[in-house]
Amino acid sequence: MDFLNALVALCNYVLVPSIAYGSQLALGALGVTLIYGILRFSNFAHGDTMAFGATVTILFTWLLQSFGISFGPLPTALLALPFGILGCIALVLTTDRLVYRFYRQQKAKPVILVIVSMGVMFIMNGLVRFILGPANRKFTDGERFIISAREFKAMTGLREGLAFKTTQGITVITAVVVVIALFWFLNRTRTGKSMRAYSDNEDLALLSGINPERVVMVTWLIVASLATIAGVLYGLDKSFKPFTYMLLLLPIFASAIVGGLGNPFGAIAGGFLIAFSEVTITYAWKKVLVYALPEQWEPTGLVQLLSTDYKYAVSFSLLIIVLLFRPTGLFKGKSV
Amino acid sequence: MSEPFLIGEAMTGGYGAGPDILHQCTIAVEKGEIAVIVGPNGAGKSTAMKAVFGMLNLHGGAVRLNGKDISALSPQDRVKQGMGFVPQTSNIFTSMTVEENLEMGAFIRQDDFNGTMQQVYELFPILYEKRFQPAGELSGGQRQQVAVGRALMTQPKVLMLDEPTAGVSPIVMDELFDRIIEVARTGIPILMVEQNARQALEIADKGYVLVQGRNAFSGTGQDLLNNPDVRKSFLGG
Repeated sequence: MDFLNALVALCNYVLVPSIAYGSQLALGALGVTLIYGILRFSNFAHGDTMAFGATVTILFTWLLQSFGISFGPLPTALLALPFGILGCIALVLTTDRLVYRFYRQQKAKPVILVIVSMGVMFIMNGLVRFILGPANRKFTDGERFIISAREFKAMTGLREGLAFKTTQGITVITAVVVVIALFWFLNRTRTGKSMRAYSDNEDLALLSGINPERVVMVTWLIVASLATIAGVLYGLDKSFKPFTYMLLLLPIFASAIVGGLGNPFGAIAGGFLIAFSEVTITYAWKKVLVYALPEQWEPTGLVQLLSTDYKYAVSFSLLIIVLLFRPTGLFKGKSV
Repeated sequence: MSEPFLIGEAMTGGYGAGPDILHQCTIAVEKGEIAVIVGPNGAGKSTAMKAVFGMLNLHGGAVRLNGKDISALSPQDRVKQGMGFVPQTSNIFTSMTVEENLEMGAFIRQDDFNGTMQQVYELFPILYEKRFQPAGELSGGQRQQVAVGRALMTQPKVLMLDEPTAGVSPIVMDELFDRIIEVARTGIPILMVEQNARQALEIADKGYVLVQGRNAFSGTGQDLLNNPDVRKSFLGG
């Protein structure tokens, strides 16, 4: 029995990766939940909005790299991020002007807007593949680790190493900063409060003189920023591939719905819940158990509940369980 | 005779392209007075008030505020002109705190509205106590006070209340009426629709009895209470 090594292995393979993945899902789910709360539809194009923001960021990263500009130990992509956000804002505002506004004026039902957003999804996905191609791209540079497994072993003398990647550190820090900024905006500023008011009671918001077109525009600005940040962080941490982002839609929606659609706090909690479930259920626990259990109880198999290929099944099952027993999500969201 | 402060004169119209609900209906409120619209279910009481506020298409008649024709203005623009409206249902932001509700009421104001908020808190002391609570957690009577307070934040020149006592207990109803009288005493004319005809007419300076979208009777509150026809048909003898 060796609890310390068990704990380190648990951190290395389960806790750290799921905190990073959870932060990425939470940022994605915040965007979905804001659109749902304010524009009142489920935005299926969100995964590809993330992909587009990441694409623009990658293009600017390459441009900066070609000028010989780097960000020291941090990835150059962080310098390119503001340009990615601007590019993504331009795309979503254009989409809103050309597509969504028409349906808003028709007072289209949410289900129609969902189908419309699917169309937008395919177009955005095509756009991204047209610009960058469908291949897998890595655009991380700078220092790879904050603490590498070898350094950790040398420092502690333990048999198990704990690697902490730069991208994971950046992901968590950025997510915390962004979430604090978002909550400050929604709860403390006049515009943020008007967005909450519009989400709460549209008619009364109109009666109070809140301009719906402005609320919608500010929402898109925030959503595009969140989507780009989430997309870039995910791309830095794993890699960038257009279809992966389309598939990310499932865990992101699961996070938003499990947390309670329309509730920003729920989106964050949902993101971490989904991430932890996916990782813990698809992780092969043998290593941790070998350290944690007495010798005669040592497992012979991998102790992996599901193969990692099935990780989306985990989010889907969780989604169904929550919808069956708590249709408005763990935190009180809106029910359609 | 000078014209009332707010008047919807000979209003005819209905919702969208539907049939007419109001027929030559006239509703008015004078400065510093309380005017009450009463009548049986389906008489078009709320509709008449919504017509004054611009929420349905009128194809006859006119609405004038302080002598100015506002018939063509949208409800939002009428708020800017100084009309405050409290809808019957969904009249508060349930997920926001009481104080945020009041802030949203003052959304169109660019100046400092803290003074107005203090006045609202003085009128409704319970709101001051609960100012950091989500409005959706309050009781029915308290919610109505939030709703009226929200409408007062624009410092309206006239306040319109659509059944402020709907769904509250008789004790709370009495208290709400007291509060409404206090609001009127601050000089804001009040136009309100009421189910509880007798109590409403008792506090009204002017009453309108509507039947099927037409003016059936009108007069001072006391006149209507003493009118045998009104008593027999609407007040239960």
